[in-house]
Amino acid sequence: MDGLHDLGGKQGFGPVRYTPNAAAFHAPWEQRVNALYGLAVKLGIFNMDEYRHAIERMAPRHYLAASYYERTLTSLATLCVEKGVVTLAELEQLAQGSFPLALPGAAGRSNQASRERFLPGDRVTVRTDLVAGHVRMPAYIRGKHGVVVSESPAYPFPDAHAHGVEAVDEPTYDVRFEALDLWPDAAEPAGVYVAVFQSYLSRRSDQAR
Amino acid sequence: MITLQTPAPVPTASLAQRAAAIEAALERRGLNPAEHIEAQARLIDEQWLPENGARVVARAWTDAAFRQRLLTKGRDAVAEFGIQMPKHHRHLVALENTSLVHNVICCTLCSCTAFTVIGLPPDWYKDLEYRARVVRQSRTVLKEMGLELAPDVEIRVWDTTADTRYMVLPTRPAGTEGWSEAKLASLVTRDGMIGVAAI
Repeated sequence: MDGLHDLGGKQGFGPVRYTPNAAAFHAPWEQRVNALYGLAVKLGIFNMDEYRHAIERMAPRHYLAASYYERTLTSLATLCVEKGVVTLAELEQLAQGSFPLALPGAAGRSNQASRERFLPGDRVTVRTDLVAGHVRMPAYIRGKHGVVVSESPAYPFPDAHAHGVEAVDEPTYDVRFEALDLWPDAAEPAGVYVAVFQSYLSRRSDQAR
Repeated sequence: MITLQTPAPVPTASLAQRAAAIEAALERRGLNPAEHIEAQARLIDEQWLPENGARVVARAWTDAAFRQRLLTKGRDAVAEFGIQMPKHHRHLVALENTSLVHNVICCTLCSCTAFTVIGLPPDWYKDLEYRARVVRQSRTVLKEMGLELAPDVEIRVWDTTADTRYMVLPTRPAGTEGWSEAKLASLVTRDGMIGVAAI
């Protein structure tokens, strides 16, 4: 989905709030919810793609204002309610206040029917798919050209795995893009490497093979 | 009589209350959340430490054959140190810095990192600013964070958008010839393995 979580290249942000060797946690409840979502994944209540997607489904106003671990907490609670492990009423009674959850999402999709195996050096184009459900293709590479640098082992296809849709595992490709192709005349020169699922890629059409 | 008044909204529970609520609900289901929380806290304190990656980097600086294994099969190479990676991290790619190439990692969509190797990601890595800007303004962002690269150094930004995990293999600092692996490892930081700090 073209959600607010898809931040790569968005403008208007100030300096990174950087401190050397910064902490991962700032309050005891943060470590607790981080462990709890891990427990839920371990128990098979939900998978990592469902977890990521439930964060993306948070109301935009909520997502932007929430700290990282509030997003973890909201995803965990949303999925536990959706999977029937707990009810919202029970959570709100226990919390003694309202408990905002993520919004319902759209349907998922399975792998692309036509997928190709690529080799390092192959020139590829990212498909221009607009996906309403979960997708791991950052919008900044949509329709852009890049060069494959390596292949990774097959993984569950997130667009399906986040929605309980049948799909086969597929490889991902580390693809090199040029920042100046992604944002012509509006970026600093750099190679931008993105791990791209096979279903999101097609062979660049001007390349005979 | 029809009343147009809606009930007063219930105030949102605090984050600590909400976290305690979900934990209590899981406890009621007999899922032993406290036990898992304690176990994870021990892993964070004792095992998922940047010192893991630091040992890997120091070995790569001193042992050419290991360096090659790390660069070609990262997951197997870190396993030589007993470093485990979660099942869904099926691939670890080490990114070799040179005098002419500087690598930096990010996750624009969320917060993915090789946390069992380089430690849990710091707060700023998961913040909106880093995620939005580092892919598009890498040189400026690194400079703002205290890392000024020479103009002829090519920057490579790696966006962790799948379940492949990355770590930066920094260049060995000058003047460390003859140092032991342990002493070299003491130089290596998590931020250096993310690629935002010099070693």
